Amino acid sequence: MKVLLVDDEKELVTTLAERLGFRGVEARWATTGRDAVALAVAEPFDVAVLDVKMPRVSGIQLKKELERIRPEMKFVFVTGHGSEEDFRIGSAEADRYLAKPLDIDALVETLTEVVSP
Amino acid sequence: MTQSAASGERPADRTPTGSWVRPDLEVEGKRYSLNLRRMWQLTALLMILVSVAPLVVLTAIDYRITEKSAESEILLNTSRVVSNTKLAVEFSLVERIAALDFIVLDNSFDELNDCSRVAEILERLQASFTGFVDLGVIDSEGHQFCYAGPYDLAGVNYSAAEWFADVQKVDTYISDVFAGFRHVPHMVIAVRHDLPDGSFFVLRTSVEIALLHKLLANLEISGDGDAFVINRQGVLQTSSRFHGDVLEPLGLEVPAYSTATRVYETSDQGGQPLVVGYAYIANTPFILMIVNQKEALMEAWSDTRRQVIGLLVVSLSIIVVVTLGVTTYLVGKIRWADRQRVAALHQTEYTSKMASLGRLGAGVAHEINNPLAIIKEKAGLMKDLFHFGDRYADDPKLMGIADSILGSVDRCSAITRRLLNFARDTDTTPVPVDLAETVTEVLGFMGKEAEYRSIDVVVEIEDDVPEITTNRGRLQQILLNVINNAFAAVQDGGRIEIAVDRRDAERVGIRVTDNGCGMTEAQRRRIFEPFFTTKSHHGGVGLGLSITYSLVSELGGSIAVESEVGRGTTFHIDLPVEPGPKGGASR
Repeated sequence: MKVLLVDDEKELVTTLAERLGFRGVEARWATTGRDAVALAVAEPFDVAVLDVKMPRVSGIQLKKELERIRPEMKFVFVTGHGSEEDFRIGSAEADRYLAKPLDIDALVETLTEVVSP
Repeated sequence: MTQSAASGERPADRTPTGSWVRPDLEVEGKRYSLNLRRMWQLTALLMILVSVAPLVVLTAIDYRITEKSAESEILLNTSRVVSNTKLAVEFSLVERIAALDFIVLDNSFDELNDCSRVAEILERLQASFTGFVDLGVIDSEGHQFCYAGPYDLAGVNYSAAEWFADVQKVDTYISDVFAGFRHVPHMVIAVRHDLPDGSFFVLRTSVEIALLHKLLANLEISGDGDAFVINRQGVLQTSSRFHGDVLEPLGLEVPAYSTATRVYETSDQGGQPLVVGYAYIANTPFILMIVNQKEALMEAWSDTRRQVIGLLVVSLSIIVVVTLGVTTYLVGKIRWADRQRVAALHQTEYTSKMASLGRLGAGVAHEINNPLAIIKEKAGLMKDLFHFGDRYADDPKLMGIADSILGSVDRCSAITRRLLNFARDTDTTPVPVDLAETVTEVLGFMGKEAEYRSIDVVVEIEDDVPEITTNRGRLQQILLNVINNAFAAVQDGGRIEIAVDRRDAERVGIRVTDNGCGMTEAQRRRIFEPFFTTKSHHGGVGLGLSITYSLVSELGGSIAVESEVGRGTTFHIDLPVEPGPKGGASR
């Protein structure tokens, strides 16, 4: 399973990628939308984990772009803002929606569920 | 125990009660003060003044005018009666003098020397005129040589009598009334006739005062009137009703001489006002007087006056009562409107404050969540390294530290989640809400206070309580206000129970009970009114429960309170499971 992690917090994505690595999940990361698109163009991913609120390109926009490149890709949204509105949008747009701070085991479980329904 | 259901009409919508001087309120730094008592006093005073003053002045003027006209009418009437009576009296005297004049002209002195002729004349006189008693002929020496009448007066010498002296000066003489030899009041009329030889004789007659009595008795005098005749010395010449009998002195002053009829006002010995009309009767010593009791004459006018003044008093009472009533009502309405306005201001302020707090909380939570996520991942990575590597796998202390970090991060994230949930006040769409979760969340804010004050907080939530669709932010505020209130009411070491159950298919009930100080019936009845507070000296404005009331109404629910002094207070909040047609959870 190949996962693309996108969040403007580099510390967070690098650590997450490393921890996922420990759990047998191959994770690549990006801190901007542009990097994420470049990565997606270069290689296919099973699932992308996107932060909803990011500078310049929001998670929602990024998802649309990535969908164009890799239509088969699944999406999980992550946000630090747990408002109802975010939840509604997140649930409608993505396959799953998670709130920060993330629980690594819950994340792995979610990813597994999304990739193999 | 008392209980009030407060659904439907808001308590403050009723007729306002209580003090009219509310403490100055401060809303967003501006002071709102309104002295309603002064406004009431000024309005009532002005309204009463402008309506009462003209009425009183008009009545006073009318009083003066009608009094004057009544008085002048009395004077005029009296004057007219006196004039008419004077004419009648004068006429009857003149008539009798003329008869005597006729006799002396028609009969020569010689004929009158014949006493039988004199008796014959008297007989004829008495047949034609009333009042003649006798008839005598007196020569210039004063010797009555012929007399006809009931008394034995033939040969009497009058030369020394005063009237005999007077009749020599004037042609005709009329005497005062006197008792005379016979002790019967009468007057004397004497006519002198000069003879060609320079001597004279006098024809003298006595006239009964019944003649005058008859004239005066025929008068119809209103108001206890009295008509009589006096002479110029003030001796009654006829009997009177109230002022003494004939030949007695009159108690009143003799009026000043006047040829015309006069009317004047005076008072009797008792101080009663009198209206006196009089006329001097020409060529006689007589003065005709008519005396009226002024009060009796003014009786009709006084009656009318009493009615008018009675009407005035009634009108004034009605004006005062109505003015006070209307003023009180209107000022009450102003007070009510003013309170509504200030309450609305406060509520707006409260709502915007809550919204700002919500935004602030959400921002803080969001900003903290990011570094928190990093800490969590880093600590997680540390554990992963211990777990998946071999180097520190057996170091329980390091694993303990990592677990401690992760535990603290979880506590932090619980706080940020609560903040974020609370910040959802800005979301006004009704959402499914788990009451148990919401109660726990709200209590989360009070947990520390409960701990410090050793307050026992018991939460009982029935299993069959459904999720309700409502505005989560409003519900949180309601619970926070009511629970806060309970915390304020209990002593340290007190107990607060929060129970949630299902009322029926459409409603759930939330009950918040404390064992605090409780409140009196009067306080309980006003508890939801804006600005009603028992915590004023602790900085309370008295809006918390009033706002709670509005919020519950907004959600389509109802709130009621029961309380007993010293035992505690219970708030009952009923909420619909689904938002009603009223709009329920959204504005």
